[in-house]
Amino acid sequence: MLTRLDRRTLLAGSLALGASGLALPRIALAQTTGTRKVLFVLLRGAADGLAMLAPVGDPGFEALRGAALADYASAPRIGSFFALHPALTEVGKAAASGEALFVHAAATAYRERSHFDAQNLLETGGSAPYATKDGWLNRLVTLTGEAQRGEMPRALAIAPAVPLALRGDAPVSSYAPSALPAASDDFMARVGALYEADSELASLWARAIETRAMAGDDGLNSLRDASANGALVASLMQGARGAQIAMIEVDGWDTHANQRGAFARQARGLDALLAAYRTGMGEEWRDTLVLVATEFGRTAQLNGTGGTDHGTASAALVMGGNVRGGRVEADWPGLAARQLYEGRDLAPTIALESVLAGAVAEHFRLDPAQTLARLFPGRIGKPLSGIVR
Amino acid sequence: MSAVSIALNRFGYGLACGARAPRDPKAWLLAQLDSFDPAPAPIAARAQTRGKTGEMIETLRTLRREVREMADPAMAPAGGEAAMMAETGADNSRAAALAGLPPEYRTKLLEARRVAIDDLAVRVNVAVASETPLVERLVHFWSNHFSVSLGKPGTQFEVGPHEFTAIRPHVLGKFSDLLKAAVLHPAMLLYLDQFQSIGPNAPFQQRRAARANADPQAPRGLNENLAREVLELHTLGVGGGYAQADVTELARALTGWTVPGIGRVGRFAQEQASGAAFVALVHEPGARTILGKTYAASGPGQALAVLDDLAAHPSTARFIATKFARHFAGDTPPTSLVARLEADFRNTGGDLASLTRTLIASPEAWAPGPLKFRTPFEWYIAAMRLSGLEGLEPQRIARVLGELGQTPWRAPSPAGYDDLAASWAAPDVLFRRVELAERMAQGAPADDVLARAEAAFPDALSDMTRTWLTRAESGRQALALLLVAPEMMRR
Repeated sequence: MLTRLDRRTLLAGSLALGASGLALPRIALAQTTGTRKVLFVLLRGAADGLAMLAPVGDPGFEALRGAALADYASAPRIGSFFALHPALTEVGKAAASGEALFVHAAATAYRERSHFDAQNLLETGGSAPYATKDGWLNRLVTLTGEAQRGEMPRALAIAPAVPLALRGDAPVSSYAPSALPAASDDFMARVGALYEADSELASLWARAIETRAMAGDDGLNSLRDASANGALVASLMQGARGAQIAMIEVDGWDTHANQRGAFARQARGLDALLAAYRTGMGEEWRDTLVLVATEFGRTAQLNGTGGTDHGTASAALVMGGNVRGGRVEADWPGLAARQLYEGRDLAPTIALESVLAGAVAEHFRLDPAQTLARLFPGRIGKPLSGIVR
Repeated sequence: MSAVSIALNRFGYGLACGARAPRDPKAWLLAQLDSFDPAPAPIAARAQTRGKTGEMIETLRTLRREVREMADPAMAPAGGEAAMMAETGADNSRAAALAGLPPEYRTKLLEARRVAIDDLAVRVNVAVASETPLVERLVHFWSNHFSVSLGKPGTQFEVGPHEFTAIRPHVLGKFSDLLKAAVLHPAMLLYLDQFQSIGPNAPFQQRRAARANADPQAPRGLNENLAREVLELHTLGVGGGYAQADVTELARALTGWTVPGIGRVGRFAQEQASGAAFVALVHEPGARTILGKTYAASGPGQALAVLDDLAAHPSTARFIATKFARHFAGDTPPTSLVARLEADFRNTGGDLASLTRTLIASPEAWAPGPLKFRTPFEWYIAAMRLSGLEGLEPQRIARVLGELGQTPWRAPSPAGYDDLAASWAAPDVLFRRVELAERMAQGAPADDVLARAEAAFPDALSDMTRTWLTRAESGRQALALLLVAPEMMRR
């Protein structure tokens, strides 16, 4: 018979049950990279790199996007060649203080134009869509755990379900605030008992309880409010018990029509999320790395409905207190018709995988070549270096 | 799982409160194909909304124009477009954004929102009360295959009718008819930007070029969004053997298909069977070549002919068979089942009733399992049926589905919601079901829960579940536990 199981014993029980890796002693934290954190922000829908970071110094830009040029007139400049989208105010400030690095004309190994295949490849890190079952961020959890002498980093998806990039062998929790009133402790304890013989449900349940307890189950936070999201992510990553590797998704970048307003709206949301996250991390910001990437870029030319269609290369953003920022890393391919990929898209000149692998390797002090090989197997070329101080 | 439990749960939405489990599972499933009602009372009684969409789009366009005159559109913080998106996006800032609108717009937006929420409740209530739950599952499967979303401005009056009038009547008919009805319905034309796509050489384009005072913000040309998704998501599937040139040619063939009652060309529109309009003035003239076949110029008939051929393409048979098998027989469906369904689809010219009968006759679909993790929507319908709750407010149904993480007609992409356990078997998804189950049990009949459990999962209830139902401190607690028992989570 079940009697007097309170929340505390329940928590203690589920911790021992569901996350044995987390119960390992934390040895010499300060000497390892165990306090360093990574947040991966996936922009789903193919965010337009040419709108995010406009190559205003390229004479081809005006020809392709003339109507939009005025938007960048008083926008923050990154170097003399690029202008940041004016809605990205806070990102611009981070760039000015040297904490935001941009990479342009970057693309994964994928060269077709399907969102779903491209996201699959970017999330799994495989060399072809659907070739790999687990995600590169999950493999990073394992890799970092090995480097931290078996101390597995806590990994968290800030989403109702775990996105593919974080799926795999390493344990991962998911959390999204719920507007439902909290279930009673007694009922939750009984549910835990009911799932005891069911390994899948028991493990999901243990992780749900643990994450809820950590977040203080604040139902007021809303996933739909970008700024609250940023603060929520920070609250779940702060401190020694916070997640060390986390991921959040931002949908809505597939701007096939009326891109000018739609992109500005998206960019404002992203900017608010990143700003609130940066503030929320406080002192820990200097040990935090944020990676913002998308599955592919969009056509260089606007289509007939003021939007852009599926393209190839786009821009990526790396932010953090220890990032060597304030600059753009690019081998600019140019925007003249003959320079465009298949005559329509920004041509890729940097592998996005080498940016992601290079950044996390430097941040966690891992061997860059090995990191690239583990996270994104089968890639030729070297990881990008000089990202982190 | 026993055969009866499989028929109830894997093929349907679980046993309804007070109903009896069938004696012959296969006969019970097959009988549903004959007794299915495409327009049951709640759908037949739905208020007519045809014609309101054009008015709505015009309203939104006017609003956008007015906001633009007040401020730079890209920077307007809570202007018309933001309010519009907030309205359709169930945003927290919705109230604030709405309050800032002129009253006549506010009234229209609120009406549109109410219609969409009422339609959502109709979908749920029909499924909860259904005596043909297998066919309801088919409706929802195809509705997700031809996914449209309320996230796009102006779609509120159309997403419900898309499922009710373009999907429901065809789920046991020919795939080609389903394809044409679903793709050329105003909801899809709006969702995937087709309604404002214009043939570059269309007469309308030529005339406008000659006019000096053309509105520079008006649609100017081709949009290939719908064409690409038809090939990638609705018919051939990615890798199904098409190229960029086929996408562009299909986009050209589709020009002219739009939503009635919008724009300057609206008065030239010809009504089409799908509820859409065809405007010859914006249709790209000439023959089109798609997948090596040439289609002569024939106005609206050109796109219809292409869709008929895409429906009959071998890649389509393979793509549909795989997806259909995955929905019933596991995330990685047995290749023997896929091959049998594919052959059936090809041999019958895409007869979906035959496809369903072949599925029912296939041993792979009757593997003891369970084979699938229930999606949030499936779980919610099964839980509503089993609990015996009824008469919920439409607002509440919509809110709960949002909290569970799967609001119908709001999938994050045109691919619809994922049909894989990996997407749904997550800690937070589970937690929300537990929270909701406890609340649902507060208002539902809670007697004889153990007997109800035995009836809902005949010869398939685990000892663990039975034990914990017996130990519950109240009928309500037992019901809440039953709603989240492992038997309810998988099928």
